[in-house]
Amino acid sequence: MSARERIAGTVAGYVDDRTGAAKWMKKNLNKVFPDHWSFLLGEIALYSFIILLLSGTFLTFWFVPSQHEVIYNGSYQPLSGLSMSEAYQSTLHISFDIRGGLLMRQIHHWAALLFMVAIVVHLLRVYFTGAFRKPREFNWIIGVGLLTLGIVEGFLGYSLPDDLLSGTGIRIAEAIIQALPVVGSYISYFAFGGAFPGDAFIPRIYTVHVLLLPGIFLALITVHLMLVWYQKHTQYPGPGRTEKNVVGYPLLPVYMAKAGGFFFIVFGVIAFLSAVASINPIWLYGPYTPGQISAGSQPDWYMGWLDGLVRMSPPLETHAFGHTISWNILIPGLIVPGIMFTGLALYPFIESWISGDKREHHILDRPRNVPNRTALGAMALTFTIVGLLNGGNDIISTTFHLTINQMMWFSRIGILVLPPIAFVITKRLCLSLQRADRDLVLHGRETGTLVRMPSGEFVEVHEPISAEKAWVLTQHEQPKPLELSDTDARGVKRPGAIKNKLRNRMSRANAVAVPKVSAQDLKEIEHH
Amino acid sequence: MSNELEAISDPGLPAHVHRKADHDPIAEKKAERQVAILFLLSAAGTILFIYSYIWISQDLFIYLPVLGTTNAKQLFLGLGLATSLFFIGAGAIHWAKTLMPDEEVIAMRHEMRSDDEDRAALVKSAKEGAAAAGLGRRSLIKRTMGLSLGLIGLSPLLLLRDLGPLPAKEFDTTSWEKGTRLVTDPGNRPIKPSDLEVGAVAQVLPQLRAGEERTLNNIGKDAVLLIRLRPEEFQLTPEKLAMTHEGIIAFSKICSHMGCAIALYEQQTKHLLCPCHQSTFDVPRGAKVIFGPAARPLPQLGISVDSEGYLVAQNPFSEPVGPSFWERNTK
Amino acid sequence: MKHLSRYRRHKAAAPLLLLFALLAIGTTFSVASATPSKSISTFARTAAIDEGRAIFLKGCSSCHGLNAEGGQVAPSLIGVGAASVDFQVGTGRMPMADMSTQAVRKPPKYNAEQVAALAQYVSSLATGPAIPTDAVLNYERDGNTAEGGQLFRTNCAMCHNFAAQGGALTQGKYAPTLMGVEPKYMYEAMITGPQSMPVFGDKIITPAEKLSIIKWIKSAQAEPALGGAALGRVGPVTEGLLSWTLGIGLLIGVAVWLAMKAR
Repeated sequence: MSARERIAGTVAGYVDDRTGAAKWMKKNLNKVFPDHWSFLLGEIALYSFIILLLSGTFLTFWFVPSQHEVIYNGSYQPLSGLSMSEAYQSTLHISFDIRGGLLMRQIHHWAALLFMVAIVVHLLRVYFTGAFRKPREFNWIIGVGLLTLGIVEGFLGYSLPDDLLSGTGIRIAEAIIQALPVVGSYISYFAFGGAFPGDAFIPRIYTVHVLLLPGIFLALITVHLMLVWYQKHTQYPGPGRTEKNVVGYPLLPVYMAKAGGFFFIVFGVIAFLSAVASINPIWLYGPYTPGQISAGSQPDWYMGWLDGLVRMSPPLETHAFGHTISWNILIPGLIVPGIMFTGLALYPFIESWISGDKREHHILDRPRNVPNRTALGAMALTFTIVGLLNGGNDIISTTFHLTINQMMWFSRIGILVLPPIAFVITKRLCLSLQRADRDLVLHGRETGTLVRMPSGEFVEVHEPISAEKAWVLTQHEQPKPLELSDTDARGVKRPGAIKNKLRNRMSRANAVAVPKVSAQDLKEIEHH
Repeated sequence: MSNELEAISDPGLPAHVHRKADHDPIAEKKAERQVAILFLLSAAGTILFIYSYIWISQDLFIYLPVLGTTNAKQLFLGLGLATSLFFIGAGAIHWAKTLMPDEEVIAMRHEMRSDDEDRAALVKSAKEGAAAAGLGRRSLIKRTMGLSLGLIGLSPLLLLRDLGPLPAKEFDTTSWEKGTRLVTDPGNRPIKPSDLEVGAVAQVLPQLRAGEERTLNNIGKDAVLLIRLRPEEFQLTPEKLAMTHEGIIAFSKICSHMGCAIALYEQQTKHLLCPCHQSTFDVPRGAKVIFGPAARPLPQLGISVDSEGYLVAQNPFSEPVGPSFWERNTK
Repeated sequence: MKHLSRYRRHKAAAPLLLLFALLAIGTTFSVASATPSKSISTFARTAAIDEGRAIFLKGCSSCHGLNAEGGQVAPSLIGVGAASVDFQVGTGRMPMADMSTQAVRKPPKYNAEQVAALAQYVSSLATGPAIPTDAVLNYERDGNTAEGGQLFRTNCAMCHNFAAQGGALTQGKYAPTLMGVEPKYMYEAMITGPQSMPVFGDKIITPAEKLSIIKWIKSAQAEPALGGAALGRVGPVTEGLLSWTLGIGLLIGVAVWLAMKAR
């Protein structure tokens, strides 16, 4: 035993005497993680969050969250002598007078954009592979919560520098608050400490942005990760992989090296983006004043789809009994997103209610094998993308020589028509992919080699696929419709007959599938 | 259905394939060298970072294709940091992939649910605990506790009360009063009708009285846009027409939809467009909404001239400016 | 000259300037009348007007009418002034290539002399804004960048975007980018209000303020990339696009490499 080993042993022993950590560590250092690139999407989000904490802390050393008006005489000449808030002034100071300050600002903003991108891509992976199914419903809900908070946190961060663009964003947020029936103007006055913009809002959202929300984030992310750890990771179907096992690499050393290395990769890529691409050049936007506006005022992309919904809304307001209700703000700004996020959070329960499946699942679905879910996902995605496109309709129309009016009408109609079309097309696509799988297992791979038969006929040689591949293509379950009856065993009509009818109908739709190849099918074909 | 049919059987975990580095010492050495080179690249990145931080001048600009003329300090600080981070990661991953054991391991899963015994035991102890506390029996305690817990939530809510004043009538009022002069923004110069040709616009604010200071709160409600048309182009009701002066019409610049500054005036079509959500207002018809999400025309400010010939407000705005709110009495 | 502008608001400034102007005019006049060049210049001007009229009849009258009185598709040009002609024809917007949404900037059809002749002809019909001289356009000397930025954001950014990159108007019309636009044309656009653009009269935005705006635009145009590629300076849309392409693309690329088995 070398001296170094002896010292390490002593230290470890000292800690274990007091914590009993050895037992836990022994078990968990050998924890197995399946390896797949799509399992790293959540990690990108996690690492972006850590980068946000680090770069954000750096920014707080100089940022002054104050709307107090000052005269600028810093080193950025085109703004010198102008009146602006201390928040804006200090952001300019970070950008131009602190070495590496602009780099850190850009890292913080790029990391925020990538944080949200990674969350969404991770969510899509989890959704389309059915990783949210029992026992992971809680983690799904936490994930939806993190997504929602991420949007809020991002918006608050975008609002802090008090430039013309962010001030416009706050103005719009204030209009949404103000539109709330009954309590709107009160909440707005409480939030802003009086009339808009006042001088209280930025200091307040600063505390929320750097303390309250990051704290909630940390707590939720911890629970999210602990559940992943405790429930063990899902895995893709493959030979030797079952619902009862997990196949992959042990945490020590392989996974630790890979995951740890990946943190530096994510940081490196974000630093690279921040070195070569400008983001949020607030010095060009100018300080905020409610009397100014820029063409093409947009929020960051994760709010863009909401802004697009607000833009495409029809001009609806109710004026009655001395009161005004702005449906043109409430519907796209609160009601539709409310329904979408609630539906998203409840989806695991809805699906299990339709399918009647209450078992645990650790093997992931191939999206084509669950056509309804995949099609529903494509539908929601189409809805959001139409919203997002309309959120940038001015930039898109000037770039592609369209008119904003065309874009708006395309979105207004498209938001209603395109999602159902996406549903139908995706479902059909899934079924034809299932058919292709079936053909592949039954008839093998097309080799592209043509053989001339004695009869003179040309036949393409098919090569049977490997047993492993055949297993991957046929391992999935094919659900059966529920067939709940309207009456019980004694022929008495059950309560909730309509509900059952609906459930039957949905589960029938859910069970539509191309029959997968069975062992018998294969044997039969061998005889030919 | 194929469910009743026998499924194709699982061939089991495929045999492990060894990497080159596992049995070839030359390949192993090569992989080791590659990892070392990646780590050295990272070190070089840190040196670049330090060099850029200390020695590259803030005012040095270099020309690069794609990026254009770029600030060298910002660029090389960033590239140095990116290199130092990225290659540490690349080195660690390459090390793990080529030199650490790559045999896949199988671990078993266990159902999440606890044993029935454990569950029963938990139910039992919970019941015992509740019984010991007398939760079932002592309904007076239960109810008063419920009451106190329910009430205690009010204290933090009440504490939030002083976040801001009550809105009162502030939404309804602006700084415009009868006779307030219109002045340019920025510049604060009073305006005569002759200053505006047909087709001209002016961004205006109310003139400050002596000792007054203009706050952003004021601008947020007071900003007004002046537009001059030919008088015959108006299609207004008599009372709205009386609010114009020699073809000059004044609207609140705060959008009736969500409060953006709306000043995008198209001289030929005489439309006003809000760049935030593209509500379009028709100026000759009193800023009637002709496209987009806004539901109300922009409030019009009546204008005339004072004894010195400068433009002044006839009256305050007759309705609240800006976005809608619950208490707004819209007619 | 900068130190002079400090005295602009001095009590004695106005009378002194008036005196100076009178002296200058008097001197010019006496010099002009002392030489026969006056009659030559008058002669030259009428010749230019005739030339302009000829060009007008050939190239413009089919839309604007034989006497520039306007027609079904084009406005009257009586009173639009030389500045308007210089802007529209000098930037190639007129004559229009097609009658669609708006006249676009293109290589001018007429050379500088022809444009000047046309301008002389149109301004001979009725007075209107004149072409600003180079002396007027000395924005480097007379403009203030920061003040110009503030004016730009209040009066121009809603159409031309915060960095003068241009933006969308209704029905496919757009405010063009101001990058690379000559100061003279920017000045002319402000005083004449071409096409969708409103007029910004000299009392609303003073000549000095106009020069400040131009100075700010030129400074924004010359501003190097302070934080890396500018991404078109159109705000968060391109930033979002980059994060969804290059950003997440690079990271997924590395993730695929990470999860790939080594050979």
